[in-house]
Amino acid sequence: MVIEPRQSVSIWRAGLAPVWAILASMAICAVLIAWAGASVPNAYALLIKGAFGSAFAIKETLTRSIPLIFTGLAVSVAFRAKFYNIGAEGQLYAGALAATFFGTGLITLPPALMILLLILTGAIAGGALLIVPVLLKTHLKVDEVVTTLLLNFVVLLLVSYLIEGPWKDPMSLGWPQAASIIDEGVFPLLLEKGRLHLGLIIAILFAILVWLMMRFTVLGYEIRAVGYNAKAAEFAGINVNRTVIITALISGGLAGIAGVSETAGLKGYLTLDLSPGFGYTGIAVAMLAQLNPLAVIPAAIFLSAVYVGSDAMSRAVNIPTYIADVLVGVSVLAVLCSVMLSQYRIRWLK
Amino acid sequence: MSDLFEILFTAGFWAATIRIVSPLIFGTLGELICERAGVLNLGIEGIMTVGAMAGWMWVYQGGDLWTGVIFAACVGALFGLLHAIFTVHLCLSQHVTGIGITLFGSSLSYFIYRMLLPDATTPPKIEPFEPLLIPWFSELPIVGEALFSQTALTYLALLTVPVVWYVLFRTPVGLAVRMSGENPVAVEAQGINVLAVRTGAVMVGSALMAVGGAFITMSWFDAFYFGMINGRGWICVALVIFASWQPGKALLGALLFAGLEAMQVRAQQSAGAIIPYQFFLMLPYIMSIVAMIVMARKTKYPQALLVPFRRGERV
Repeated sequence: MVIEPRQSVSIWRAGLAPVWAILASMAICAVLIAWAGASVPNAYALLIKGAFGSAFAIKETLTRSIPLIFTGLAVSVAFRAKFYNIGAEGQLYAGALAATFFGTGLITLPPALMILLLILTGAIAGGALLIVPVLLKTHLKVDEVVTTLLLNFVVLLLVSYLIEGPWKDPMSLGWPQAASIIDEGVFPLLLEKGRLHLGLIIAILFAILVWLMMRFTVLGYEIRAVGYNAKAAEFAGINVNRTVIITALISGGLAGIAGVSETAGLKGYLTLDLSPGFGYTGIAVAMLAQLNPLAVIPAAIFLSAVYVGSDAMSRAVNIPTYIADVLVGVSVLAVLCSVMLSQYRIRWLK
Repeated sequence: MSDLFEILFTAGFWAATIRIVSPLIFGTLGELICERAGVLNLGIEGIMTVGAMAGWMWVYQGGDLWTGVIFAACVGALFGLLHAIFTVHLCLSQHVTGIGITLFGSSLSYFIYRMLLPDATTPPKIEPFEPLLIPWFSELPIVGEALFSQTALTYLALLTVPVVWYVLFRTPVGLAVRMSGENPVAVEAQGINVLAVRTGAVMVGSALMAVGGAFITMSWFDAFYFGMINGRGWICVALVIFASWQPGKALLGALLFAGLEAMQVRAQQSAGAIIPYQFFLMLPYIMSIVAMIVMARKTKYPQALLVPFRRGERV
């Protein structure tokens, strides 16, 4: 078996790669659905109906996609520079901690400024969490995957301590949660009914900003250069360590904003179940988007639809909700394959 | 403080340390074998979950304990094969593939568990491995309870260390594995198939990881909980770096960690009023990071770690 690069890759072939990956993932999950004793077409119809079948469902899908857009962006920026930040989950909670610290009465500003302040502090907190891993990588060559992963557990325990101890809301009747974000800091709702909030617009704005940065600025060029070939980038005069550090700060900041948006936009206060693994799903989002910041938006909406839809599906036909997580995991592997097959071909030797 | 010191002289502390170290030994050695062959296996967290679920479920469905362990190992090897196909044969990113395997493996385990036991509210239990008292030795003070009154799987874990060391450093197979991680071109020049060696190493390593997971549900506890691996896989990856890819040092590192965790549980009881329990639980994760920092300057990575091998390609 020999793997050869294709002479030319048409835009169609490259663009359709994630679609093939999604179809393959759905086919693999179909086996599990069939095993659960449900009819596969029926189950997928229920999934689509649960995600897009009504105005309420669409709003819910879009609401769930907001944190995924942020974490997806965080991962795609970092992976572009081959900085494997798997700590978006922890950075999300760091952002939520910052939002809770500044947003529960410490400072009161007019609404627009207050929201801006929360976003800024959340981004700083998320980025700050990556300082240790990125410096360890650039200066001591310690693998960032392990350090960022381990920090996820540390941050989650810190959150658990704070909301059970010093930051516990005395009004919460014993339930471990932090005090509510003050009214000035709460993201306004976009529509009268439902939970869809300002976070969606901010997320889309950030996707466009990140795309512009990657595409048209020197920094974006440097990030891409470092990712493609760090040695060549160094040779061309790019300060590789500096670029990796800036990339990490941007990535952590984006994940931090996800935490702010979930705390100040959706829940209104910090709890331990703020994120059901949005940081990890962000990896799948970024891979499906092939690390393109604009493509992160549809990828996030798709995976959000999988989660929202599978909730409805599992209630209706009795399939464990974990089917959504399986689909996310399989899609990461499938998209790796499909993107490779779009750029290479496999020739069998006899 | 004197309380903490006294803990060191209780047999219970040492017995707990040896129990806690067993899954870490399996996981760390599994990862070590993979990395020695040049393949980073970040699927470890998922593969340990798969092993924990598969072994437990086998016994719960009426199988016996030892075939359960073998079943878990086989399932782990299958996931290893998947990882090897992606990273060794298709030369895809080892980082992303590993994370993908972890996401896939753990979610699949939870799905299958819920599928087979839809109505279980309290996790059902199995009859786990019984402690196997070694005659005469188990009656020794402290050492007897700590070392010679464990379950058979713990003895297996301790035995795996010299076996892995012997195979890696004293047999031709081990030499081929280590060279595949250092200089695959030289291995190919000897007429040995690098891809096959790496595939085999990843499969064996993954099987060990799965047995580590199975230990947790079949010997340490007697039930399967969601999120029960809880980052142990990632700690194993850190331990491999800490151990500089040496099986002996891996055992030492794992013992240090297990001791810390056993100490932590006991310190919580005595100092729990002053220091919140969350800070004790953070210790293993922070220690893993510290361990990597301490060893960072000295570590000699296998030269071909993360480097895919394409046959016939010029270097």
